[in-house]
Amino acid sequence: MVLADELAKKQRSISVAEFFEKNKQMLGFDSPTRGIITTIKEAIDNSLDACEEAQVLPDILVSVRRVSNDVFRVVVEDNGPGIVPEKMPSVFAKLLYGSRFHQVRQTRGQQGIGISAAVLYAQLTTGKPTIVTSRTDAKNKAHTMSLVIKTETNEPEVLSHEEVDWILPHGTRVQLEFKSNIAARKKLIEYLKYTSIVNPHAKFRVEIDDESFTFERVSSDVPPCPVAIKPHPYGIELGVLKRMTAASDLPLKEFLVESFSKVGEKTALEICSSARLDPAVKVSTLDLESLNRLLDAMQTTRIPAPSASQCLSPITDELIVKGMEKEFELDFIKARTRPGNVYGGHSFIVEAAIGYGGKLPPEGSAILLRFANRVPLLYQQGACAITNAVQNVNWKAYGVSQSGLPTGPILILVHVAATSVPFTSESKDAVAAIPEIEREITLALQELGRDLKMFLSRRDRNKLQDDRARAICSVIPLIAAKVGEIVELPVPDTSLIEGRIMRRVVLKKSSAGGKVMIHIDNYTTKPQEISLYDISGDAAGDANIPPSFVSEMDGEYTKIWKFALASGEAFEVTYTGLGGGMIEMQGVSENLKVVVDLDV
Amino acid sequence: MSDPSERDTATKKRLMEIAKVWYDQIAGGEVPSITLPTRTKYNIEYDDESEVWKYGDKESVRNAGTAKSATHMLKMAYVIWFIKTQLQENRSSTLREMYYISEGWKQAKFGAQNESNYLIEDLEIITALQREFFHMRPEEDGASIFGPIRVRENTRRGMKEIHCQDDVGEAGYNIPNNVENVELVDHDASCVIAIETGGMFSRLQENGFDEEYNAVLLHLKGQPARATRRMLKRMNEELGIPVVVFTDGDPWSYRIYASVAYGSIKAAHMSELLATPSAQFIGVKPSDIQQYNLPADKLTEQDVSALKAELTDPRFATDFWKKEINLQLEMNLKSEQQAFASRGLDFVTKEYLPSMLSEIGVLKR
Repeated sequence: MVLADELAKKQRSISVAEFFEKNKQMLGFDSPTRGIITTIKEAIDNSLDACEEAQVLPDILVSVRRVSNDVFRVVVEDNGPGIVPEKMPSVFAKLLYGSRFHQVRQTRGQQGIGISAAVLYAQLTTGKPTIVTSRTDAKNKAHTMSLVIKTETNEPEVLSHEEVDWILPHGTRVQLEFKSNIAARKKLIEYLKYTSIVNPHAKFRVEIDDESFTFERVSSDVPPCPVAIKPHPYGIELGVLKRMTAASDLPLKEFLVESFSKVGEKTALEICSSARLDPAVKVSTLDLESLNRLLDAMQTTRIPAPSASQCLSPITDELIVKGMEKEFELDFIKARTRPGNVYGGHSFIVEAAIGYGGKLPPEGSAILLRFANRVPLLYQQGACAITNAVQNVNWKAYGVSQSGLPTGPILILVHVAATSVPFTSESKDAVAAIPEIEREITLALQELGRDLKMFLSRRDRNKLQDDRARAICSVIPLIAAKVGEIVELPVPDTSLIEGRIMRRVVLKKSSAGGKVMIHIDNYTTKPQEISLYDISGDAAGDANIPPSFVSEMDGEYTKIWKFALASGEAFEVTYTGLGGGMIEMQGVSENLKVVVDLDV
Repeated sequence: MSDPSERDTATKKRLMEIAKVWYDQIAGGEVPSITLPTRTKYNIEYDDESEVWKYGDKESVRNAGTAKSATHMLKMAYVIWFIKTQLQENRSSTLREMYYISEGWKQAKFGAQNESNYLIEDLEIITALQREFFHMRPEEDGASIFGPIRVRENTRRGMKEIHCQDDVGEAGYNIPNNVENVELVDHDASCVIAIETGGMFSRLQENGFDEEYNAVLLHLKGQPARATRRMLKRMNEELGIPVVVFTDGDPWSYRIYASVAYGSIKAAHMSELLATPSAQFIGVKPSDIQQYNLPADKLTEQDVSALKAELTDPRFATDFWKKEINLQLEMNLKSEQQAFASRGLDFVTKEYLPSMLSEIGVLKR
C-alpha cells in the first residue's frame, strides 16, 4: 500500500507536447537534416491548404538562411487568407489544434500537429520563439507575435504581440530558428521541386543563403477545394462513434441518416434491425454494448461506396504531365488518373505517370516520386506500398528491364489522394499496404506500361529505319564508288537500292538490242494507282501491254499506261524501239518514288 | 603458283571478283552482302581427315542494310582496293602500316589494329588465300632454322640459295614472313626439332647435335608465328621430315605444341596450311620431372587452371595427355628445358634426346 502511494505521487498525466518532445521521430524530426525539411513541408502544406480553401493562386516564398554556425532561420510566407489574431497562438503553438481534424475530405495537413511540432522543435533546439505575422485583408493591419509552447500544458505562450505594416494585403509568414546542417540542402530542393510538380498552380520562390530560384506555376486554375462529406459508416471507429452519439440528441434512425453519407431511411432501418436497436431510441442514451452492436451492424450492412468526386481533388493527368514537363526533360510522358475507389469507408483516387528518356540517368533504378494528397513522400521509400506496387509490376512485359524497381531512364510518379491516407506512421513517410490501393496503383501503372511499350517499340523501329537510311544513303554510295574503282567500271547507281530498302516504288527503264524495257516494282506496303508516261520517238505499237492512251506530236509519241500495282508486285512492258526521251510516273507520292533511266 | 607475278595476278583477280559481286549487286538494286563462316570457338570443328581444327558450317551473312555492316563492308572495299594497288605496284606493307594508312580513309578508317587484322583474316577466308598473297606481313619475325637443309629464297635482291648449316651464322637462317617465297631445295635431315627457348637452341647447336644426328634445329621463339608454323608444315609435308616439339614442362608450352600440331582458333581457316598433325611432343613431360628428378617450381594458380582447362580441351583428349596433366597436377611442379643442365651440359644431347627420339621412332639406330 505504501509503495502504491509512493508510485501514485509520481504518476501524473503527461502533456501531449511533453510526449512529442520525447518522441520527435514520430513526427519526422528525428535528425537535424530531417527537421528542416519537415518544418518547411509543414509550413508549405498549411499555406497550400489555406490558399486552396480561399481559392487563391499560391505565391509562396521559402527562405533558409544560416544565422550562425549551426543555426538556421527558416521563413515561409504565403499570400493565403491569413489567420485572425485570436487564433494565431493556438494554430502555431498548440499541438492537436486544427480545423480539419474531424472533416472527411482530402487535405494535406490533418491532425493539426505539423506546424506546432515545428515550433516546438525550434524552441527545443535553439530556445528561440517562432515569429508569426498574418494579415486577413487590406483593411486591417498585420499582426506579429512571437510564440512558444508551454510543454507541460500544451498551451501557447505569447511573448510579444504588435500590429505592424506589411506589404502583403493578406497572407501569413512564419519564421523559425533551429539547429540543422547544410546536408539538408539537396533534399530540400528535391522536396520543393516535387511539390511544385504536383501543385502546378503554385509558384515557389526559394532563397537558400545567397542563391535564389523560382519554381514557376504552369496552371492558373486553383484546384477546386474538396468539399467535406459526412463520414461513411465503413470508415468509422468506436471512439468516434461514441463521441458522435454523445454529442447528438437525435433518435437513432435520424442520427444515422443525418450523420453518415450514403445512409438513407431504408439503410438506417436495416442497420437498426441488424443491431437489434429501436430506431426511435435517443442515441445519447446508448450504452457501450449497444454502440458496439451498432458499429458492427453499420459495417456489415450493404451500403453504397462513398462518392469520390467532391471530397477528393486529383491533380488530373493533364496537369501532372505539365508539372513533370516543367521540371524534367523527357522523350515520353504519360499520366493516368484512375476512377475513384474505396477502402474501409475512405474514398481514394490513384494517379500515376511515367516519363522516359530525355535527360534522365540512362542507367540504374528508376526515379520514383511518391505523393500522398499532393505532398511528396521523401523518406522510407522501401517501406511504402507505392514502392511495393511498382516493384510487383512485371516491367519486362513492357520492354523495360527490372531489378526490383524498373531500371533505365525512367521516372515514375504515383499520387494517392484520399480522405484519409493510410500512413505507416505519424511522420507520414510511407503509405501502408492496403490491398485496394495497391491494386489501383498496379492498374494505373499497367495502363501506362502499355503506352510506354508502344513508345519504345516505335522508337526502336524508327531507330532501325534511321540506321538503314544512313547505311543506304551515305555508306552504300561510298561502297559503290570504291568497288567501281576496284573493278574499273563506272560507279553503279545506288538509287535502286534506295527504292527497295526505303520501301518505294521503283521504275527502271532500259534499252538494249532494239528493245525498250520499262520495269516497275512496288516495294511499298500499299497498292499504288500508277499512271506511266513514256514520251519518246518510239510508237510502241508492239508493246506486250498496250498503252491505255497514245498520242503523237512532231514524231514524239506520248504513251500512257494506267494500272494498279499491288504491294510487292511488278509491272513490266517491252516494245521495239530505241528508247531515250523522258519517262515519268504519276499517282505515287513524291517521297515514295524512284525513277531510274538506266540509259542515261 | 610459284611465279610471283603470276601469283599476284591470280590474287588480284580473286579480290576483284569479290568487288565485282558487290558491284553487280548494287547495279541490280540489291543491297551488297557477303557470307562468312562464324569465327567463334562455337564454330570450330575437328576435321578427321586432315586432323586439324577448322571452321564449321555456321555462316553469317553481312548485309549492308545497317550502318554498322555497311561500314564494315566499306572498310573491306578499301582494303581490297589497297591490296590491289599494292599488288600492282609490287609493294608490301605490314598489318600495322595498313592500320596507319587507313587514317586517311575517312569513314572506312579502322578503330583499332585488331579490327584491321581481323578484316585481313576475313579476306583470307573469303579468297582462300594467305595474307602473304596480299603482300601483307606481320610485325613479328619468323623463327630461325639451323640444320642440314637447303632453301632458295626469292628476295627483293634476287634469288638466293642458302644452306642452313653451311651458309649461315650461329643465329641460323631466319624464316621470312612470306614462306611462299622460299623453295625447299634438298636436305639431309633425320628430323626437325622445334625448340621453345633460345637457350636450348644454342645448347643443341654448341653440342653439335645437328651434325651428329642430322637434325634441323628450329627456334620457335615462344608462341610460333604463322610463317614458322607454315615452314614446319612444308618441311614435314614436302620433304617428309618428321617434326618433334621440345618445350618447357608447363601448360603454356603444351599449347605451343597444340598450335603447331592442331592449329589455332583465330587462324582455323588456315589450319590445313599451318598445322602439322604428325608433329610429336617430346618434352619436357611431367613424367620427366619425376624420372630425371629435375629442378622444378611450384605451379601457380594460373598454371593449375590452365592445366584443368586443357583436361577438357578436345585437343588434349588423349591417354598420353590425360596421364601427364593429371600427374603434373598431382606433383604440383613444372620445369624448364634448361633444367636438364642440372645433370650436366651434355645430358640433353647425349642421353635425353637420343633416347626420346629413338623411343618415338624418329631415330633408328
